[in-house]
Amino acid sequence: MKKILISNGRVVDPANRIDRVQAVYVAAGKVVALGAAPDGFEAECTIDAAGLVVAPGFIDLAARLREPGFEYRATLESEMDAAMAGGVTSLAIPPDTDPALDEPGLVEMLCYRAKKLNRAHVYPVGALTLGLKGERLSEMAELVEAGCVAFSQANVPVVDTTVLMRALQYAATFGFRVWLQPLAPFLSRGGHAHDGEVATRLGLAGIPVAAETVALYTYLELARITGARLHITRLSSAAGLALIEQARAEGMDVTCDVSINHVHLCDMDIGYFNANCHLIPPLRSQRDREALRRGLAEGRIDALCSDHTPVDDDGKQTPFAESEPGATGLELLLPLTLKWAERAGLSLSTGLARITSDAAKIVGITKAGHLSVGARADICVFDPAAYVTITRDNLRSQGKNTPFLGMELPGKVRYTLVEGQVMFEG
Amino acid sequence: MRNPQLNKHGELQHLLTLDGLPREIINTILDTAAPFTEVAEREVKKLPLLRGKSVFNLFFENSTRTRTTFEIAAKRLSADVVNLNINTSSAAKGESLLDTVDNLCAMQADMFVVRHAASGAPMLIAQHLQATGREDIHVVNAGDGRHAHPTQGLLDMYTIRHFKKDFTNLTVAIVGDVLHSRVARSQIAALTTLGVPEVRVIGPRTLLPTAVETLGVRVFHDMQEGLKGVDVVMMLRLQNERMNGALLPTPQEYYKIWGLTADKLALARPDAIVMHPGPMNRGVEIDSAVADGAQAVILPQVTFGIAVRMAVMSMLGSN
Repeated sequence: MKKILISNGRVVDPANRIDRVQAVYVAAGKVVALGAAPDGFEAECTIDAAGLVVAPGFIDLAARLREPGFEYRATLESEMDAAMAGGVTSLAIPPDTDPALDEPGLVEMLCYRAKKLNRAHVYPVGALTLGLKGERLSEMAELVEAGCVAFSQANVPVVDTTVLMRALQYAATFGFRVWLQPLAPFLSRGGHAHDGEVATRLGLAGIPVAAETVALYTYLELARITGARLHITRLSSAAGLALIEQARAEGMDVTCDVSINHVHLCDMDIGYFNANCHLIPPLRSQRDREALRRGLAEGRIDALCSDHTPVDDDGKQTPFAESEPGATGLELLLPLTLKWAERAGLSLSTGLARITSDAAKIVGITKAGHLSVGARADICVFDPAAYVTITRDNLRSQGKNTPFLGMELPGKVRYTLVEGQVMFEG
Repeated sequence: MRNPQLNKHGELQHLLTLDGLPREIINTILDTAAPFTEVAEREVKKLPLLRGKSVFNLFFENSTRTRTTFEIAAKRLSADVVNLNINTSSAAKGESLLDTVDNLCAMQADMFVVRHAASGAPMLIAQHLQATGREDIHVVNAGDGRHAHPTQGLLDMYTIRHFKKDFTNLTVAIVGDVLHSRVARSQIAALTTLGVPEVRVIGPRTLLPTAVETLGVRVFHDMQEGLKGVDVVMMLRLQNERMNGALLPTPQEYYKIWGLTADKLALARPDAIVMHPGPMNRGVEIDSAVADGAQAVILPQVTFGIAVRMAVMSMLGSN
């Protein structure tokens, strides 16, 4: 591993409250010093980061790499490329692969394949129940041994609340964190868009906000009873956020995140049935979006994630309701974080915290997400002033579908380092 | 975003929805339809306006009535008509919707008349045609999911104009299952665009969509209250599968409360007309005495439907 000097860059490290121009010294895959060179340091490679930002590599709470089972939509190779191009160096992987990540062997294989590719670090989130069917518990302890950092049902709600309660109890036995998507199974069934003015006008079956709030009432109450550590994924509504805040005010340890899509878009963006806006949870009203933006700015929502879900064209070139929900996101995480932070009037450091240090806490990553001496040298060097136009051609992800196609967004990644190795140069 | 049904000159390229369609275009279609009603009374019921053109009736959902009226309309304009009934949803795999369209384009289609169970399907086809540079092919929406049924909405406007002359002093009530009704959405869009000062929807809360008032209507749950003083009563069909379950307890109770009977109709203006897009469920949403009564204009609706569809197709063919 080379000794690398990143000079003249504006180092923004939210965890350490650093925001100043200084040098970063990397050796043996770790950050070895900031500012002054350590004794005897001779750089084998120097990155001139003048005018650029040097930040911890980003941590994404939801990146579907589509393996195993959906290789026609994306592969580990293609999505790892996308991650590198997006400066994302740590990925939490939802369990909704095919088969689901419910067996230690599958998880080990995923970790092994990812390690062999030697790009972003993967943090699998295991299936809470076998096959995500909501019937039998998965071998959680074994899955953690195999590399899982938490357990979830992805977008497949547990219908039987007794099973859910048992699963939370079992996870709480070991102190494992459970990540749940608040989606009540019956209230969301058959719906494709936020149940509001736009769905009414377009004649799309609606998913009411109650699908989120009713699920949250259930989850929060079961977490209270069982003592489970709960993380709520992909909030979509103001009412949902209010419930989480209420639970916190009562002293509950619960965290939550939101996707880049939901802080930038609302149901109006569906326009004339734009299937790229077919997402789970659905894009909700402008009011909801404003509440999510504010909540994220004020830290009431802990983290921002890409909810990366590559969908092939066949899955999107159909009528809205028949299309596959989801959008590619790894390469949009930084640009949309910058855009959100700028609009919210936040410092760069506060904005980046939501995709570095704050996200690290949720996954339980301690050696990355910051640039402390001794940290894993996962680093993103980007130009915050350069704008990039999002096109099908310049997306590396195999999923070319995102509601942001054609938009100009700030933030161009220039270098991505993983464990002190330059894995991307742009 | 450009309204996908207008070309760059602001003319009608496709007919996909009445929502957002300019008033002048709606009026032009109604004006164009007027002389076509006479064609039906001639011995030779044909005009050469679409001679040599191929119209594909692309029905992904069952329909006899609508398909037939489109077929008659196209034939009266001298078009060649091909009927395709594709009774499988494109979601059930097999050939994708756009693959089907591409194949038919290769057979030199000039116009697609599309019915589909999914809202937005005809718009997807229109966008696909535009994206692939085939702007000479037109799409007419013959009903998509719950979204729109623009020719039905237009023939309803034609009917109202025929009997009531002016839209700007009317009170119109739409009664029944607005939630699942593409007809209701097209009617509301047209009525509000044409300047009807009061459009009412009447039905139980389970059959009215969320935020329906944002479409520009007044909401009534009490049928008697809602019918008071109206000039036009537009009944909606209640699908069988919605009659027993979580939306409504029974058809009997529905009929008792929201079925249109002579008693209830008496609350409307004495010269009120009664419309229904068909097919009717007698004894569920409408009583036979009303359906066959002097105020019903349900059969003229069907006749006008052909003229309106001729107008739409001939206008598209000339744009």
